[in-house]
Amino acid sequence: MNIIVLLKQVPDTETQIKIAPDGKSIVTDDIKWIMNPYDEFGVEEALRIKEKFGGEVTVVGLGPKRVTESIRTALAMGADKGILITDDALEGSDSLAVAKAITAAVKDLDYDLIFTGQRGIDDDMGVVGASVAELLGIPNISLGIKVEISEDQKTVTVNRPVEGQTLVIESSLPALITAQKGLNEPRYASLPGIMKAKRKPLEEKSLADLGLDASEFGTEARKVKILELTPPPERAAGKIIEGETPQEKAAELARLLHEEAKVL
Amino acid sequence: MIELPEEIEILKQTVRRFVEDEVEPLAYLIDEQERVPDQLVKKARDLGLFGLTIPEQYGGSGMGPLGLAVLREELGRTNMGFGSFFLLNNGIGSKGILYQGSDEQKEKYLPKLASGEMIACFALTEPDAGSDAGAIKTTAERRGDYYVINGTKQFITNGPVADVATVIVVTDKKLGAHGGISAVLVEKGARGFIQGKEEKKMGWHGSATGSLIFEDCTVPVGNLLGKPGQGFAVAMKTLAFGRLGVAATALGAAQRAFEMACDYASQRVAFGKPIAKQQFIQGMIADMATEIWAARLMVYTLAKDMEADLERNTEASMAKVFATEVAWRAADANVQIHGGMGYIREHPAERLYRDVRLLRIVEGTSEIQRIVISRKYLSNPL
Repeated sequence: MNIIVLLKQVPDTETQIKIAPDGKSIVTDDIKWIMNPYDEFGVEEALRIKEKFGGEVTVVGLGPKRVTESIRTALAMGADKGILITDDALEGSDSLAVAKAITAAVKDLDYDLIFTGQRGIDDDMGVVGASVAELLGIPNISLGIKVEISEDQKTVTVNRPVEGQTLVIESSLPALITAQKGLNEPRYASLPGIMKAKRKPLEEKSLADLGLDASEFGTEARKVKILELTPPPERAAGKIIEGETPQEKAAELARLLHEEAKVL
Repeated sequence: MIELPEEIEILKQTVRRFVEDEVEPLAYLIDEQERVPDQLVKKARDLGLFGLTIPEQYGGSGMGPLGLAVLREELGRTNMGFGSFFLLNNGIGSKGILYQGSDEQKEKYLPKLASGEMIACFALTEPDAGSDAGAIKTTAERRGDYYVINGTKQFITNGPVADVATVIVVTDKKLGAHGGISAVLVEKGARGFIQGKEEKKMGWHGSATGSLIFEDCTVPVGNLLGKPGQGFAVAMKTLAFGRLGVAATALGAAQRAFEMACDYASQRVAFGKPIAKQQFIQGMIADMATEIWAARLMVYTLAKDMEADLERNTEASMAKVFATEVAWRAADANVQIHGGMGYIREHPAERLYRDVRLLRIVEGTSEIQRIVISRKYLSNPL
C-alpha cells in the first residue's frame, strides 16, 4: 500500500502574528515554522497503515526551502521519501494554484491513498485537499477521524463526525482523505529516526520540472485576492467583582451578567 | 537567532514537545515523590534519549556537542531530575568507554547504554576530593588477573541505580595525577561493591544521588579503560563535555525563568496596573533578557566549536561559570517577581530556584572553573 501525504508548513500556534506594512501579508521574520498539525495526523495515519500492510510513504510539501525541515520531520517519524515543490514563482499562489502544482507532482506516482490535513491552520481555507482529489479524478473524503483499510486492500472505510453523530463512508481506492483532529495521536520523531532522515531521499521540483507555466502561479494569478488583513480587536480589561461576602459578590456578578453582559 | 543545522532544529522541536506534553505535567509529582515514574522512563527510552550521543553503530543517534546542547537546554526548562537517568548515558557515563574503551568493552556496554537497558554513572568525587581530582584516595591494586578496589565515592549521580560505573582510581600512588590515576568499569553486583542509599537533596528530585563503597571490590583486569595511568585524561576530557551540558541546562532554566517572569509580571495587578508597568520590574526583565542572550551566544558558540572538534576546555569553563550564574540570577529574580507565589512548593518558580542552585556546583564549582580559566592567562598561579 503506497501512500502520499501532502503537508504544509505553518507558523507555530504560539507565534505572535504581526501584519506586514502592506496590510495584506504577515511579517515572517522570527516566525517559528512547524508542520501543519492536521497534516501531522495524516503522516501518522499513513505510517500506521504502512506498518500494517507494508509499502512506502511519500511526503510532498510546497513552499520555500525552509519547508524541507517539515518534510524531514515526517521522514524522521518514519516516512520513506520526500518531494519539495519549490519555485520563486509560487510565492503568493492561492489554494487552487497550489493544488494544481501538487497534482502535477503526484499524478504519475504509484499510490493507493493520499492524506492531507482538513485545513492549514494559517489561512484556514480547507480547499487544497478536495481540489487535488478533483484534479486527480479520485474520491475525496473529508474530515476523517477513523480510517480502516479492508483486508483485501481494495476499499477504505472512513468515519466522519456530523453534529454529534458519525457518518461512515466507504470508498474504492485510490482516494484522498483529509485528516481531522481525533484521527490519532501523532508519534514523536525518534532521535535515531532524525539521524536516519538525513539519509532519506528528498527531491526538489520546480514548476518547469513539473511542466507547468509559471505565469499561472503567484500573487498576480490569484483568483482569490486578499484585500486586507486586520488584527482581532484588543481584549478589553477584565472586571474584578467587589464585595464583602461571597453572597454579595455572587449577587453583584449575577446583576452584571444580566444588565451589562446581557447573557442571563 | 542562532542558525542550527536542520536535524538539530528537528531535535529541538521534538524534545521541546516531549518535555511540554510528557514531562512538564509530571514535574511537580516527580519533585514531591523524588522519583521519575517508570512509564515516563519508558517513553524516554522509546524516544531514544538514552543514546543521543552514542554512535549509530552501537544503536544510538551519534549526535555531537550541538545535539547535546540542544537536548540539555530543553531539559533545563523542566524538572531537572528527569534528565539524570539518561544524561549520564550520553555524557560522562559513556564517554570514557567511547574514548578509551576496547572494542570488546564498546560492544558490551554501548548498545545497552544507548537503549537505556543499562544506566551509567561516573565516580570521581570522594569525601576529600572533588574539584581537586588529583587528590583522590580510592585505590585499585593489581592482584594477578584482578584489580582490588578500596575506597568511597560520594555524591555520585545515578550511583544508587547504576548498572555500570566508570570509577576513577589510583593505580600508582607515587605517580599521582601524572600517570598514577586510572579509570575502571565496575558493574552492579560486583563482589565488594556497595551502592549506598539515596541522599535527600535540595533539588533535582527524581535524580538518585549517593555513595559508592568499595570494600576489596574485585574486578577483572579487562575492566580497566585504556591503559593504566590514563584515568586522569579520561576524567578531564569527559568533564569538558559535561561542562557544556551544564551550561546548556542553565541556559534552558534561565530562559524558562524569564518566560515565567514575563507572563506573571504582565498578569499580576498591583495598585491598579500590571506590575510589568513598574520600572523596578522592567529593569529586572531587561537584565534577564540581556544576560540570557549573552549566555546563549556563549553556549552555542562553544557547542559549534566543539562540534567542529576544536579544543575548547577554557571556553567550556567560561560558558559553564557564566551561564550557571545567569540562571541563578534569573531564577532568583523570577521568585522575586512572583512574590509569595514564587515561594509556594506547587509553583514551578520555587522548584526552578532549588534545581538551578546545583548548577554552580556540579561538574566543577564556579570557583574551580575560575581557577581553570585564570591558569590559561597567568603563568604560575598555583
